[in-house]
Amino acid sequence: MGELAVFIILSAVILIPGVIVVTSGNIVRSALSLVPTFLGVTGFYIMLQAEFVAGIQVLIYAGAITVLILFVIMLTEGGSGVEVRQMNEQVPLGATAALWLAFLMLLVFLRTPWSLSPGRPPAYSAPAIGSAFLTNYALIFEVTSLVLLVALIGAIVIARREE
Amino acid sequence: MLPTASDLWSIGPELWLAGLGLLVLLVDLFTAPGRKVAAGAIAVGGLLLTLIPASAMLAWDPRTAFFGSYAVDGFAVFFKILTVIATALVILAAMDSLRSRFEGEFYALLVFTALGLVLMAGSADLILLALSIEFVSLTSYVLAGFLKANPKSNEAGIKYFLFGAAASAVMFFGFSIVYGLAGSTNLYDIAVRLRTAPQPALYLSVALMLAGFGFKISMVPFHQWTPDVYEGAPTPVAAFLSVASKAAGFAALVRMLLVAIDPARVDWVLLLSILAAVTMTLGNLLALPQRNIKRMLAYSSISHAGFILIGVAAFRGDFGTPGLLIYLLGYTFTQLGAFFVAVLVGAQLRSDDIPDYAGLSRRAPVSAFLMAVFMLSLTGLPPTAVFIGKFYVLGAAIETGLLWLAVVGIINSVISLYYYVGVIRAMYVMPATSETPIPEPPALQVALGIAGLGTLIIGLYPQPIIDLAKNATLLLRL
Repeated sequence: MGELAVFIILSAVILIPGVIVVTSGNIVRSALSLVPTFLGVTGFYIMLQAEFVAGIQVLIYAGAITVLILFVIMLTEGGSGVEVRQMNEQVPLGATAALWLAFLMLLVFLRTPWSLSPGRPPAYSAPAIGSAFLTNYALIFEVTSLVLLVALIGAIVIARREE
Repeated sequence: MLPTASDLWSIGPELWLAGLGLLVLLVDLFTAPGRKVAAGAIAVGGLLLTLIPASAMLAWDPRTAFFGSYAVDGFAVFFKILTVIATALVILAAMDSLRSRFEGEFYALLVFTALGLVLMAGSADLILLALSIEFVSLTSYVLAGFLKANPKSNEAGIKYFLFGAAASAVMFFGFSIVYGLAGSTNLYDIAVRLRTAPQPALYLSVALMLAGFGFKISMVPFHQWTPDVYEGAPTPVAAFLSVASKAAGFAALVRMLLVAIDPARVDWVLLLSILAAVTMTLGNLLALPQRNIKRMLAYSSISHAGFILIGVAAFRGDFGTPGLLIYLLGYTFTQLGAFFVAVLVGAQLRSDDIPDYAGLSRRAPVSAFLMAVFMLSLTGLPPTAVFIGKFYVLGAAIETGLLWLAVVGIINSVISLYYYVGVIRAMYVMPATSETPIPEPPALQVALGIAGLGTLIIGLYPQPIIDLAKNATLLLRL
């Protein structure tokens, strides 16, 4: 029962600022509203006993990504304090489609018998993640580094000064 | 378990491509501005060398590397060869028209994209598949928006990015549902664990995944980005996206559906047949009024995606998957060739409008003749490459009882004749505004020649390609 209560509270913490992110006219407020959303997701990870992922979530998303977004707003010409309209005349149509999709998904999820894994999660997940990266998931781990490299090159190409 | 030496041998071409990308970056660092073509030449040479280990793999037995996360089978090897050839041709075509301080990065990004596409075609693990799709997407966004001073190119980049991010998010949600149902990210494990009765959530997940794959292959209704991105992106990049990116999208889609989803007896044939019919028809009808060659080719590439989808829907027959592969290979040469002529005209006349092709038969006779061949091939007339592909996929549709789909395909081929012949008419019949010959740069001529030869040889002597495609359908299944 306590688990359900925590889940509902965390969901509210995620969803309410999430709505502000996509509706607020002030871009800085939108960016800052991402912080509680990310922290709520961290709460989910802790409930799932994935404490390593939770720590990374706080460091990368709640910390670095939000700060990065704020930097981008600051460095963009006239970025901060600007009132931008996030909505257009298609909001009713989009909202209807989104609600129908959500309803359909809920219906499907409730009717699916989900299988539960018989095992128990390890007491500390970080060592298990580390050894998985270097053994069974070695290729995936290495490809990740390449993705970061090309993202870096791409960012430089995009941010270049045109001659 | 630790990776072994045989795992490393199995990803030889991928390691070579990664090294080549880094080498091109290094060469770019040490060459003076104005001589950056050297980086492009090294990229082309390196890509051609990749064909040696890749074609050696054709004789291998299907196997997986890195604990089942990467498949090395005839299917993956076919797409390795296709991707490498397409990338080399695109770099050749870009070498003359692209003059920028960041030319070296352009070639390096293309080589890295080729690596991502190769990984996509071989992924046998949901995480690797998601990662390689993101890999390709990131580089493609940058390549589409490469001409920073050109507002249309900026628009292409941002549009591709927004559509792509949304499509990826939806697709990864689909992946997560599959993971939730099967409890594994490995496609072969998923196939085993989903063998029980199909779950309602699996249908939902197939639909969500189709949204993502549909974006990559520009299937209706996820096609809206295609004309704007092809029009705004540098023409060689548009050629690359319409061929290599689409082929890898099909590879990932086919592997996902055939290996992981089909054992669960989820019936997606009807859904895919309807999508194929709609994609063919809508792409064709929207191509009819186009005046810009790149937009016309974009809509025609949507229509061809519909034709190739017939091969996916008819996978149960003997001709479905080979037909898809033959179609993709023939389409690769033809579509690349058509875009290369657009590169030539765009660079020399600064225009992409079809009426400006007037009199091309006298101003650039060889290119005009090849363009006519490409247009006839895209229509599907013999003796050209796409004809063989269309013949096979339509035959596959009839064989698996989808006669109505074959009829829709034939009607669409007839409709498409109108706008393809419109280009030929402009080049050969309409009077030229000027008689000055258009200079044809040598590297572009080589690329055009190879594309033309590929189109004609596959059309005239298809047997080796058919054997190759049949061999490549040995998709590793459990």
